[in-house]
Amino acid sequence: MGEKLSISDLNKKLAEMDVKSLEGITIEGDIELEIDAGAGGVGPLFAYYFGEEVAKVAVQMVNMAKAFGYPVDNLLQPVAVAQAVSPAPDELAKAAAAIPAFKIPDTLKSAKFQVGTDKTWKTQIQEVQLGATKSEGGSRGHVIKIGGEKAMPFFYDAAMPNRPVVTIDVFDMPIGMAKAVKMHYDDVMSDPADWAKKAVKEFGADLVTTHLISTDPLIKDTSAKEAVKVVEDVLQAVDVPIVIGGSGNPEKDVEVLSKACEVAQGERALIASASLNLDWEAIGKACVATDNVCLAWTQLEINAQKELDRKLMKVAGVPRESIVMDPTTAALAYGMDFAYSNMERIRLGGLKGDQELNFPMSSGTTNAWGVREAWMVRSPNKNDSDWGDRMLRGPIWEILTGFSLAMAGVDIFMMMNPIAVTYLQEITQSLMGLIKAETPDTANWITTEV
Amino acid sequence: MKETSPLNLYKFLPQTNCGDCGEQTCMAFAAGLINRERTVEECKPLFDEKKQKKYAKKLAKLRDVIAPEVALVYIGTGDKQVKVGGEDVMYRHQMTFFNKPPFAYDVTDSMNEADLVERVKLIDTWKKFYIGNWEEIEMVAVRSVTGDADKFAKCVKKVVENTDKPLILCSFDPKVLKAGLEVCAEKRPLIYAATKENWKEVAQLAYDYKVPVTLRAPFDLDGLVSMVLTFKEMGINDLVLDPGTAPNGEKLQETLQNFIKLRRAAVEESQKDFSYPVMALPINAWMTTDDPVRGAYWESVISAAFVCRGADIMVRHSIEPHSVMPDMHMRFNIYTDPRTPVQVKPGLNKVGKPNEDSPIFLTTNFALTYYTVESDLGSNDIDCYLLAVNTDGIGVQASVAGGQLTPSKIKDAFAEAEVDFAKTSHKSFILPGMAAKFSGELDDLYKYEVKALVGPEDSGRIPGWMEKQWPPKK
Repeated sequence: MGEKLSISDLNKKLAEMDVKSLEGITIEGDIELEIDAGAGGVGPLFAYYFGEEVAKVAVQMVNMAKAFGYPVDNLLQPVAVAQAVSPAPDELAKAAAAIPAFKIPDTLKSAKFQVGTDKTWKTQIQEVQLGATKSEGGSRGHVIKIGGEKAMPFFYDAAMPNRPVVTIDVFDMPIGMAKAVKMHYDDVMSDPADWAKKAVKEFGADLVTTHLISTDPLIKDTSAKEAVKVVEDVLQAVDVPIVIGGSGNPEKDVEVLSKACEVAQGERALIASASLNLDWEAIGKACVATDNVCLAWTQLEINAQKELDRKLMKVAGVPRESIVMDPTTAALAYGMDFAYSNMERIRLGGLKGDQELNFPMSSGTTNAWGVREAWMVRSPNKNDSDWGDRMLRGPIWEILTGFSLAMAGVDIFMMMNPIAVTYLQEITQSLMGLIKAETPDTANWITTEV
Repeated sequence: MKETSPLNLYKFLPQTNCGDCGEQTCMAFAAGLINRERTVEECKPLFDEKKQKKYAKKLAKLRDVIAPEVALVYIGTGDKQVKVGGEDVMYRHQMTFFNKPPFAYDVTDSMNEADLVERVKLIDTWKKFYIGNWEEIEMVAVRSVTGDADKFAKCVKKVVENTDKPLILCSFDPKVLKAGLEVCAEKRPLIYAATKENWKEVAQLAYDYKVPVTLRAPFDLDGLVSMVLTFKEMGINDLVLDPGTAPNGEKLQETLQNFIKLRRAAVEESQKDFSYPVMALPINAWMTTDDPVRGAYWESVISAAFVCRGADIMVRHSIEPHSVMPDMHMRFNIYTDPRTPVQVKPGLNKVGKPNEDSPIFLTTNFALTYYTVESDLGSNDIDCYLLAVNTDGIGVQASVAGGQLTPSKIKDAFAEAEVDFAKTSHKSFILPGMAAKFSGELDDLYKYEVKALVGPEDSGRIPGWMEKQWPPKK
């Protein structure tokens, strides 16, 4: 008889047998008590409820015994009970001592929190100067320095020497863009110089990027010579450091960017970009010859990034202080996890001493606008909750794409939406402790009405 | 877990290669434990009552060794229960982040009943499709704004009537917390919070009701550790830590640094004494502004900072789509397991109930692309076939540029899936708009017996495309 019996089962069984006396009947099997006292051991509450349960069982047992005619009452004499069921006082005391009681101490334990820094971060990220003033051979009103970190972004191990900066995209022809972006540039889209001015004066761009997309043979096939006039116009219109981009056509870009280097002679403009898919050597050498900075673009592949950086240094002769990396920005909800970890690994590699990776990083944050969630009016999936107002949704997409990658180590962000630019600058500078603001008393956040 | 060698876990296993766990050998199971793909409970012999004497010590040792560096705490019950903490790495590429920080959206006991129920239902039903899954909001945080225990209890009661998502009961007044616990303790809510002032009473509540408890010591890590050690000594081990969340200024910098310090102490320095899940309060962004757009935006960026660096649970306020959606995706991306390829199995799949008149679409086997297209088709009730071409998990645009998707690969993929175009009424398939340039070459490959139609560039526009282009003109 290995099965477990409850009291009610026992009652029933005895009733079924119609027994008048317990003679000859023995109760077999173990009486099993499972005690789940939880995390705190056996405490006073548990003891109370447990005691109550046991007492109920005892009462039932007594009643049952009575029903069978056993002289229970004799047992219930106080002395008899004590003799029958109580363990010796000694044992009781010992058993009680063995059970950890729940006890609230009078005071909190004293403690000291200690944590170290990451000792493997031995190498500083290269500091790169963008822009050059008149005395330095350029024409910019001021210069911008990026990189120079000795720790991961916003870590307490070492302060960031330079704040992340934003360069706003300017195109050399009107292009299609999401409504939430286009509305800010409608009035300047036909004039890159005005566009650049608006980006700097109204939207707080640290730099502007002139994309010479009209040079693409499949778009307008503007000649390099003609296209770079726009670069001259932008250099005239604003005095911030600039970035110059091609169209992305691997054959044409070599010619266009080399020509752009010439008109930006001595400006330390960031030339976007050299990649393994085109004649990186020609672009690298053009940067060196004209004192511009070379952007090394690879596609989400850390070893390709090392290879390109190495070749730019060793073959094209680009000095360390003139290299910035673009390891590719996959946007939020569209592979951002790849971009994030790729960049985080690159930055950690650089800090640990990899001389082919310790350069500042750039992000094409504008890619955020290619994600459908950033621009679509409503969800194509009918079961989705409402997507809300896309004019509010889009800018956050650009902010979070950029800011996540700022956490991974990006130093310069290519962006478009002015609201996104403002937030990105504010959050990164807040985390560097550069923005003094009165912090509200957060002690009573629970009771604050919002 | 700091252990990286399966050998060192193998010694705590039965070493019988019984195969009950589904692995061929105990060594393979040990490797699964190292990668956290298997749990110790899956080794049945270790839990066999009859073998307790033999294995009890091994089991205890094993549990000790494989415990995550940040303790794992369960909040709630049933299938909506959330796991909080349980992290082992500082950077996601080092293995993966395991338990995405649940978002707890706030409700208050000062809301009128209709507003309360509406908000709870919104929290309860919010969903967004992403890479084959529905993203949802995990928790509700009930704030005692009035300080009135009865009002709080009523509010908690209303909340649990309308959702089975786990709760956080928020008050610094033990009487208020007790009133809430009386209503829902069996649902294992997280109580918030024990402070230096009320810790004795709150410890008693955590003990009496057997619920996880938050310890709060804002901007005082020494104080936080002192509370942890005190609670552990009392035998209270289900803890969540609130080191304070300042929403702006230099204090915000300090806040992030505290999160980084706590995570580093846990996973890089194995200071297990006080390594418990950490709570962030992006809701505090709302203390800096009255502008609802500004509030939602700032809450979003603060959330993003803590998702990247060390928050294990968050209390939030803005449930506007423009804030929830990006934050959900941000969290999803960071918590995606980088060890798992984001690919679907190549081949032909049915969407709805297609027949010989139904269109045949194709896309790549990049999971994000595939599920997006599939959901756009399915949710718009388009019965069709969908071919996933093996592009090594690369999306359409990139694989067209990189040569992983070519006309001959498309033809081979249809052949391998045994698609017989002769049996269809339309003798065609639909190319993604991003691969439009393949249509001519495909027509040649198929000798004009099968037509390659050009679909839209975004699959969200397939319904509109169907209206105009389907069935194809003969």
